[in-house]
Amino acid sequence: MVREKETTLYLGPQHPGITGNMMIKLKVQGDTVVSATSHVGYLHRAFEKLIERRNWIQAFTLLCRFCVPEPDPMELTYARAVEDLDNREVPERAKYIRVIVMELARMQSFMLWYAGQSGSAGLYLTPQWSVGDRNYILDLFEDLTGGRIYHMYIWPGGVRRDLPEGWADKVLRTMDYIEKRLVEYNKIMFDNTIFQKRAQGVGIVPKDKAIEWGVVGPVLRGTGIKSDVRIDEPYEVYDKIDFDVPTQEGGDIWARALVRQEEARQSIRIIRQAIADMPGGAYYNKVSNPMKWTVPAGQAWARTESVRGEVGFHVTSDGGNKPYRVHVKGAAYTHGVTVLEKILPGQNISDVSFILNSLGVCPPEIER
Amino acid sequence: MSFIDLKGLLQPLGAVKQLFKQPHTIQYPYETNEASANYRGFHYNDLDQCIGCGNCSTICQNDAIDMISLENIEGSKGDSGLRPRIDNGRCCWCALCVDVCPTGSLNLTKDYLFVTDDPNDFLLTPGLDNPEGKDILSYTCDMNNSLSLYDRIPMRELEGKERVKSFAEVVLGYSEEEARAEADRCISCGLCTEACPENMHIPEYINAIASGNDNDALKIIYDNNPLPEMCGKVCTRLCEDVCAMQVRGDAVAIRWLKRYATETAPTVELIKEIVDPQIEEPNGFSVGIVGAGPAGLTAAYYLALKGYDVTIYEAQAHAGGMIMYGIPKYRFPIESIDKQIQYMESIGVKIKYNTRVGKDISFDAIYKDNDAVFIGIGLQKPWNIGIKNEDIPGVIPAIDYLTIINSDESYDVGKKVAVIGGGNVAIDGARVAARFGADVTILYRRRVKDMPADWEEIEGAEHEGVKIVPQAIPTKIIKNKKGKVEGIEYVLAKMVAQDGGRPRPVAIEGSETIYECDTVIGAIGQQADFEWLPENYKEAVLIERGKIQVNDLRQTGDVKIFAGGDAVKFGNSDAISAIADGFNAVKGIDKLLINEM
Repeated sequence: MVREKETTLYLGPQHPGITGNMMIKLKVQGDTVVSATSHVGYLHRAFEKLIERRNWIQAFTLLCRFCVPEPDPMELTYARAVEDLDNREVPERAKYIRVIVMELARMQSFMLWYAGQSGSAGLYLTPQWSVGDRNYILDLFEDLTGGRIYHMYIWPGGVRRDLPEGWADKVLRTMDYIEKRLVEYNKIMFDNTIFQKRAQGVGIVPKDKAIEWGVVGPVLRGTGIKSDVRIDEPYEVYDKIDFDVPTQEGGDIWARALVRQEEARQSIRIIRQAIADMPGGAYYNKVSNPMKWTVPAGQAWARTESVRGEVGFHVTSDGGNKPYRVHVKGAAYTHGVTVLEKILPGQNISDVSFILNSLGVCPPEIER
Repeated sequence: MSFIDLKGLLQPLGAVKQLFKQPHTIQYPYETNEASANYRGFHYNDLDQCIGCGNCSTICQNDAIDMISLENIEGSKGDSGLRPRIDNGRCCWCALCVDVCPTGSLNLTKDYLFVTDDPNDFLLTPGLDNPEGKDILSYTCDMNNSLSLYDRIPMRELEGKERVKSFAEVVLGYSEEEARAEADRCISCGLCTEACPENMHIPEYINAIASGNDNDALKIIYDNNPLPEMCGKVCTRLCEDVCAMQVRGDAVAIRWLKRYATETAPTVELIKEIVDPQIEEPNGFSVGIVGAGPAGLTAAYYLALKGYDVTIYEAQAHAGGMIMYGIPKYRFPIESIDKQIQYMESIGVKIKYNTRVGKDISFDAIYKDNDAVFIGIGLQKPWNIGIKNEDIPGVIPAIDYLTIINSDESYDVGKKVAVIGGGNVAIDGARVAARFGADVTILYRRRVKDMPADWEEIEGAEHEGVKIVPQAIPTKIIKNKKGKVEGIEYVLAKMVAQDGGRPRPVAIEGSETIYECDTVIGAIGQQADFEWLPENYKEAVLIERGKIQVNDLRQTGDVKIFAGGDAVKFGNSDAISAIADGFNAVKGIDKLLINEM
């Protein structure tokens, strides 16, 4: 028996296999991971603190930066918390627009996941396709909000602008296109034996530990537990829309991938329904002068379902024109630290990036 | 599943067929992709439309916007003369600046490509540096999307029919909730402060009201205006004319907000408690003031605070001058005046009523007994209309008519009244006559939009049934057999444009019309009466074109004599300008007696 020496390996912060600016300190013996420690701090911009120095509307421009690949849940969750404090009604049309925006955000985020998940397995064709196709969704965002990545569109009281003319049709056309493309992705990714072999039985999150570890979103659903904020505590108009929340047994990368594959299809289904059912009317319940707007003192907790799982905002107001405290709980917080450190030991070193991608870790969410 | 899964190995190869499809990418620079119609690219500012309010700079959470002065752009009333400059190195393209721009001048464009190796190049003065941006505007903000609140909270008023039955106050004032909502609209740009003759701290007291600190608001107001109740009701509000919100919407109701602040202190004791005036120890100097109008009262108040011994000599039985006798009580009730005067007397201002200078006391005595003198006599002598028969019974100057009514005396105007003029005094005369049941018609030389009167007053008069005949030039008053007024003849006028001035009315030949009436009220302006002033003083203070000449500190040719109000060359003929004169004269008197000793 050959006794191999334990080596320390630093994965990241600059590494194509890392989903953002973070580092994992690995102790490896041969190809096997012995222990893993998540190191964050490369991306710390003190957003939570910065928000305390901005008034309620100014703060909203910072939120999208909590998670670059999927900024909209941040905007919506903040808006919902502030609306709760301020007892502010949101017009029905705005609720539908918000749902469409949220699902489009999920769609484009799924496209990035397709890229990351298969790219980290060495399958480089999917990223070429999915990142290219993602641009069609970003085009929709550009038309709607004026920005491709940072939308700054959902704000307290509704949404910032009404839908441009012809936008809804363009969304439906794009969805038709994406739906066809998803079939193509399946052929090169899910039907691919190499991908299947790499994904099955790897990176298992045990079902009995999932809740204890604070696992959320597709990772939790991949262990067979049906949990989704959109059905557990429906917000906006999700209770009026018919959609399924898929689950898979096994808790491995393969189960999580299948959950996401189905969720992307469900998102298309939600978008089509929302566009069909959307009423006319106002899209914004104007708040007072942003310079003077004060929100009644109190605390509010709002949560929404992002593509990585539950995003929660705890907003405290002291009655002033600035938030007293905004605490952000992103889905990645548990996945990138607790879960990752627990499931990496015993895995092959070449699977580390693969597992990281399947957990949906977004480092800026960890470092608010 | 065995490792050798043929389907799973071959299926991905099917992707090869994609090779023969049209690529999705754009081959830059041969092909370009135009940004969307809503794109948030570089800023563009319409420099002519921009008023330099600086709201964009205030909202920018990155401090990326500085307000700078540019060549060729001069500040004026309602325009700070400053324009935004964006540091594109800091900008995050959130476009909040666009959404809060009250004028809609600041927009974003489709332009997003910029390469430089000099960091200073990131500074962009939109509109000046990128004039071509005008043609590629994308992210714009109309009034619906704007974060600005353009609609004024309407003021509750008595119904037109109710109003003419009495002299009850027409304007009912804002409730607390309404005042907060109206104050909330202010963006604190401060253009109003510049336009106010007295430079009142408008954004500060509006902010205090918006945040629920009414006492602070009152205290701030009294800092440089001792007659806020009057200003809150009848000020000519030059501030509202330049309000940033009035470019696209309604100006913030600055006057009504001031009124609201004063209404929170309904008694003299309460004003004193809230304002908490700090009266300095007596400094041994005394000042005599001629006339208890707004100018004289203001000077007296701030002089008394500084420890001067102040005495006002007032010819009438009541203090207030034109605001007491010239303004109808439905606009400014007598209790309001009394409250303000009592408050002033409570801090040590002495007023000698029924003391006409030149008759009951000589000016010479006042001059010699005091260390300084302030003259605030106003304009009391009406101008003649300048048409035939204007000296017959039934023709009365508006200011005389208003004085009679405000002194609780009576004057019968008959059933039909013609008022000549388009200023506030004309409207006041008309609305007062309407309250005595008369059918009132205003004849004005120019168009309604040219009328110098406050638009709210014009609207008020119309609601009360007053008719306005614009472009009507009176030619003569028609006398009946008893020698009284029977009617007035006027000709219609057309407006002729002229170089460097507003259009001039020119009579249309053959358009003579007769309006039958019992009374003609002339309101074409007043002049100052200096008959009471001894000749040697007249020469010393220097009177030109009927107005006393003063410097910035309202000092006349005689260093000991200061003057203010309508009778001096400064400002408009309105109360707030008079208050400004009084306030500045205090600085002048202080400089003369204390600083230069």
